Amino acid sequence: MSTATTTARAVTTSTIATGKSKDRNLASLIFLGVLWFSLFFGVVVLLALIIDTAIEGSGRFDHYLFTDYEKSIAHEQAQKFSELRGIPVEDLSNHFTGFRGGILGSLWLMITTALLAIPLGIAAATYLEEFADSSTWYNRMIEVNLQNLAAVPSIIYGMLAAAIMGLMGFQFKGIVIGGAIALALLILPVVIITTREALRAVPQDIRQGSLALGATVWQTTRRQTLPSAIPGIATGTILGLSRAIGEAAPLIMVGLAAVQWDPTGFTSKVEALPMQIFRMASSPQEAVQEAASAGIIVLLAMILGMNAIAIIIRNKFQRSW
Amino acid sequence: MTVVKEPGPPLGAGPAPVLTARSRPGETVIKALLRTAALLSVAITIGIILAVLQPAIDFFRQVPLSDFLAMSDPAESGELKPAVLPLLWGTALTTIVALLVAVPIGLAAAMYLSEYASKRARKWLKPTVELLAGVPSVVYGFFALSFVTPTLLNDILQLKVSLTNSLAAGLVLGVMIIPTIASLSEDSFSAVPMALRQGSLAMGANRMQTTVRVVLPAALSGVAAAVVLGLSRAVGETMIVALAGGSAKSTSVDPTEGHQTMTAFIAQTAAGENPPGSAEYNMLFAVALLLFVITFVMNMISIRIVRRFRQAY
Repeated sequence: MSTATTTARAVTTSTIATGKSKDRNLASLIFLGVLWFSLFFGVVVLLALIIDTAIEGSGRFDHYLFTDYEKSIAHEQAQKFSELRGIPVEDLSNHFTGFRGGILGSLWLMITTALLAIPLGIAAATYLEEFADSSTWYNRMIEVNLQNLAAVPSIIYGMLAAAIMGLMGFQFKGIVIGGAIALALLILPVVIITTREALRAVPQDIRQGSLALGATVWQTTRRQTLPSAIPGIATGTILGLSRAIGEAAPLIMVGLAAVQWDPTGFTSKVEALPMQIFRMASSPQEAVQEAASAGIIVLLAMILGMNAIAIIIRNKFQRSW
Repeated sequence: MTVVKEPGPPLGAGPAPVLTARSRPGETVIKALLRTAALLSVAITIGIILAVLQPAIDFFRQVPLSDFLAMSDPAESGELKPAVLPLLWGTALTTIVALLVAVPIGLAAAMYLSEYASKRARKWLKPTVELLAGVPSVVYGFFALSFVTPTLLNDILQLKVSLTNSLAAGLVLGVMIIPTIASLSEDSFSAVPMALRQGSLAMGANRMQTTVRVVLPAALSGVAAAVVLGLSRAVGETMIVALAGGSAKSTSVDPTEGHQTMTAFIAQTAAGENPPGSAEYNMLFAVALLLFVITFVMNMISIRIVRRFRQAY
């Protein structure tokens, strides 16, 4: 037998004896199986959720879902409506459970939320990352406070927003600006934290280069650091907004209610898609439940779209330093 | 022998030029504005406390504390149901169910991502775990109500559960907090020094033994912080329990019955018609204050633990 084969055999047996084979006993394989299960548990749940909702709501995917407002199905109303449009009463639920108010309302709320939260969040993050001396007690306090705010229950932000609206003198709080304040308060910590991470990812060399050429700290921040961090900031903010669009708890506290018209300004009454889903899901009527399923698919599609935009921005503009 | 000279001031260059920056009033203003934005976060915290505290104090003027901290509502209370302990129990029960789901699954997912997955696999696998965090809670609530309770619990598992029950709400709530626990624990697993793993492998342990007996204990404080943060998420979550957790107070230990939680109480009462200033309305704020204090304490504990474990390595 040649030495080469002996060596090869020795190497093979020794690897089996000391290396991988130890990971191939029953306990290890079961352990690995448990880990795999846990990893894909979430995906399975998500698939079950989407398939179940899509099947339940499939009957409602028509244009009425997007063009009609939500109305309560009272008997006389239904009779009148059916005579007016010439539709049998049993098909009427389609016309009474449209999401037009919610979809438009959510878009309005999201834009207003973005206008409120993004400038404030970026400003706060810029201060904390570029200007603040993190060894002073008040900057450390801001830091801890931010971490804490990120985990405050969302419903409590709704209470704060209602109080702010009261101070601003609004009698009826379920308007665009009220909902937007609640959502902006909710995502402000998220925007600040992600912006800080994006700023932190900009290498120190760029700042030092700019400072060495005589730029001030603000000039460095505005002309070098912030532009380099924009893709990261955009990704983080869009993800924050996609959280805001699905949130219903703070809006309950502000008092959003069903509307039968489109919002026209910051002070017009408004409805949000997740609020509509919440109300419909609590309803015992089969047709309304079905509409809630269809509404959920619309909401998930909106969120998925925003996430896709965020990922595209990240992949397209991501820089490796 | 060469003498190493200390570098001194440059000779012959004359006196150093004055390098004091030109004063820029505009930049001072900008810096002040940025600082104001940062301080706003503190103002928000103070605002929350003020917004909740005033009505809560009014509530305790209207209703004795002993009625609030009671296991059951007084017999002749009418519309107002002041007892908060059943709500606390509802929250605790739902949260326990949620943690029973989220802690093992979250930890196992984190272990795989940190100890087994290759760098490339992790890049793909991590977002799949985090996908769960992107689903709105109202959607989870509807899922609990329309799938978990009737199909999973009643039909498949043959449990006799009521229409709204803490089991379904807790299970789905657990699914929702898996990403929180998984990603924070993964961070703390990754922070364990490679030398500990190498030492363990060199002693003849396999990967499973290394993961469970070396990496997990070394990262335990980080895992604890993750669990506490997940706990505080579960306590503060509203829509799932408001939809699927029940709307009546209950002190029974049976999770197949409905239990109203603190957040569900707030959401369900706020959705009704209560005139501001009434005891029913003010009670919302008393419960919210309790909720804020509980989550605040938990977040602080979590932040503390994270700080400590960061210093360890």
